[in-house]
Amino acid sequence: MINPKKIQSKLLIAAAISVFLVGCKSTPIQDGASVEDKSPSATADGSDVKGAVIDGSSASGSSNELNDPNSILSKRNIYFDYNSDTIRAEYRPNVEAHAKYLNAHNSTKMTLQGNADERGTREYNLSLAQRRAVAVKRALNILGVQDAQIETVSYGEENASANCGAEDCFQQDRRVEIVYPNE
Amino acid sequence: MNIIKLVVFAFASFITFTANAALDIEITGGSAQQIPIAVVPFGNGNSIKHKMADIINADLRRSGLFKLLDTRGMPNKPTNASQIKHAEWAALQAQAVVVGSVSPIAGGKLKVSFQLVDVLKQRKLADMDFQLKPKHARMTAHKIADVIYQKLTGRPGAFASRIAYVTKKGTRHYLYVADADGYNPQVLVNSIEPVISPAWSPDGTKMAYVSFEKKKPIVFVHTLTTGKRKIVANYKGNNSAPAWSPNGKKLAIVLTYGANSQIYTINASGGGLKRITKSRGIDTEPAFSPDGKWIYFSSDRGGSPQIYKTSAGGGGVSRVTFKGAYNVSPHFSPDGKSLAYIRNDGGRFKVATQDLASGQVQLLSQGSQDESPSFAPNGSMILYATKKGARGSLAAVSFDGKVRQSLREARGDVREPAWGPMLK
Repeated sequence: MINPKKIQSKLLIAAAISVFLVGCKSTPIQDGASVEDKSPSATADGSDVKGAVIDGSSASGSSNELNDPNSILSKRNIYFDYNSDTIRAEYRPNVEAHAKYLNAHNSTKMTLQGNADERGTREYNLSLAQRRAVAVKRALNILGVQDAQIETVSYGEENASANCGAEDCFQQDRRVEIVYPNE
Repeated sequence: MNIIKLVVFAFASFITFTANAALDIEITGGSAQQIPIAVVPFGNGNSIKHKMADIINADLRRSGLFKLLDTRGMPNKPTNASQIKHAEWAALQAQAVVVGSVSPIAGGKLKVSFQLVDVLKQRKLADMDFQLKPKHARMTAHKIADVIYQKLTGRPGAFASRIAYVTKKGTRHYLYVADADGYNPQVLVNSIEPVISPAWSPDGTKMAYVSFEKKKPIVFVHTLTTGKRKIVANYKGNNSAPAWSPNGKKLAIVLTYGANSQIYTINASGGGLKRITKSRGIDTEPAFSPDGKWIYFSSDRGGSPQIYKTSAGGGGVSRVTFKGAYNVSPHFSPDGKSLAYIRNDGGRFKVATQDLASGQVQLLSQGSQDESPSFAPNGSMILYATKKGARGSLAAVSFDGKVRQSLREARGDVREPAWGPMLK
């Protein structure tokens, strides 16, 4: 695990992020495979590299009203138009229900995970998907949800379907996912 | 005897190929006027695993600037310049002949000698010796190909360089570093979470990249030879799009404290955060100009995403691209005279180049989802990511659009290429 003390980051932010990592395993980094020793040579230097293996973690699920399929709270995806971060009117009841839940459980924190379809560049889509996540955060803020309860994260097009050919597929990828801890 | 030798040779080269090459390179097109050249198998060449002449041949062919002549039917196979019978090679219509030899020397090392001879003028254009460890034989062949390229075209070669790219296999993401011909791939990062935006330090010793391993995008700097990696940007929100300053001392990065991505600079070792852009739109994909004076970037501040520039210290923003509704991902040619970027051309995302003095734009790629253009260190070709069906692969196109390479991996979805600097 990388030592977080070395991270040049504000302590407050680090603390906020660490809350979301509770329940996650550490991310061990081992030496990569097929690594040769590096020694100087007359003609070709620096051609060997050393790598790192990073394994993720899967958190256990939780079951309560958030996951009751009959509750609007189980509807976690808010979909967007192409190259847009405007929340469509049809998702207002959804946002309101989550705002109500978060206001009733003000120690509960959640993450808004922004996503984009694969069209355009990865970095631009990372920015666009972040803007979508923040659009949902602001809608929740207006409905009284505290900043401290909401983290936004963008995955850009990294979770997009591998082979979309048509709009209905792209539409599924342009979304903000509402994720509660331990999900 | 000859037949047996051929069979063994073919089998051996097949093994070499599957064991060491991750990317299979296919070339289409070529320059209208290719230089006819013969590369004769090196003397005592069977003493090493990698055949110098084969590697040199493949490098020169890949550039599209050379016509590689078949030397198998030649009565004499010279291994140094004094053995060349110029009339024989003139009859083959060779403009130049490459000869050489390999010999073991003390300390388990090899000595590789080569000469490049102008057939018509009957004159040596290059005559060099290399001493090397056997494992550096391939890179030495690339250096020889660079010398040949320079002597015959007048421009530096870029064969002795490396590329980085990301391959997704199943659920895992691998950041690779490989030789420019796809050989010798080595895993830099192997992660369940995405890895994007690899960026070579100007001296080729470090790689900056974005890893999602902590469930959000964070910028790392990884020292290639030691494997030591350091988080250089882990601020609130996204940390992404690292770009090195030409002197390697700073990185331009993108942070999202609020809704919108904005460009900052940090020290390459972390810290020293300075905000560069202040807009109400997305500002991302920074690229330093080679003279270090400017940062070009993508922004939707004017409505549609376009490329803008600002002074490297911040301030004085002006727009660079005007045609089309989507121009992003600026990357400079090494001489700073041209910009490669991605344009949405009627729903198809293609690589474009723009001459910065005249503003003239050329569309170079033919795909629909092309991304991540980067120039070869000699400016001759542009490497980029492309997509056919569900699978990503890499492609390269010459600056004039005449030569095209397709770089495929047998399995896996390849993306995010970055062409590194020349190996010292």
